[in-house]
Amino acid sequence: MEIKVRYFASLRDRLGRAEEQVSFDEETVTVADLWQRISDEPIADNILVAVNMEYTDTSHRLKHGDEVAFFPPVTGG
Amino acid sequence: MKVAITKEALDPYKEVVAYEREALPPGKHGGVVIFVGTMRDFNDGENVRSMNLDYYPGMTERHIERVCQEAMDEWDIMDTLVVHRVGEMVPTDPIVVVAVWSAHRKDSFDACRYIINYLKESAPFWKCEITTEGKKHWVEHNSEDPGVAKRRLQKTA
Repeated sequence: MEIKVRYFASLRDRLGRAEEQVSFDEETVTVADLWQRISDEPIADNILVAVNMEYTDTSHRLKHGDEVAFFPPVTGG
Repeated sequence: MKVAITKEALDPYKEVVAYEREALPPGKHGGVVIFVGTMRDFNDGENVRSMNLDYYPGMTERHIERVCQEAMDEWDIMDTLVVHRVGEMVPTDPIVVVAVWSAHRKDSFDACRYIINYLKESAPFWKCEITTEGKKHWVEHNSEDPGVAKRRLQKTA
């Protein structure tokens, strides 16, 4: 399955990229599995995750074509 | 209900007047409560020269719309307007305007406070400040407890 991954703000700067495509052969993939593929470091406690623009958590099961975003706490307003 | 993101300079009062003329039936509302957020020239003890506001196109609008809809469901209000600036800005620039129209003032006061608070907690925007010494740093938390958003969002997910 193909997953589109996006990064924002300080996380984008730290990883040095704004987005990428990640492919999996496995049928069962969670956000936590995806993060393991992206980074050697554990996901920081304050990082928020959204799948298809809805907030969720790292146990969320992904499907082909999902857009996953990782970002630090939001600071609008 | 109107939600807009703009890269252009924001004149909050013009936005409110224009939307009221366009969308509100004349003579039906008893008041409008307006919150305008503006950029400070200081944060965490540092002097700030400019700021870049980043967002997540699509997700940001969706979450502001949801907060406005929650306010419409919770209080007896007639309409809401949110316009949020993104991109480069300097101190004194307006960042956001929230306006809420209602027949009676209590509902619009309460709904306006709800919208700005939950917009700050859930809408994906990120402030990156440039200090007067030219240092760039991402603001990692708003003045509210950032954990509140995560807890609320996970609860409602």
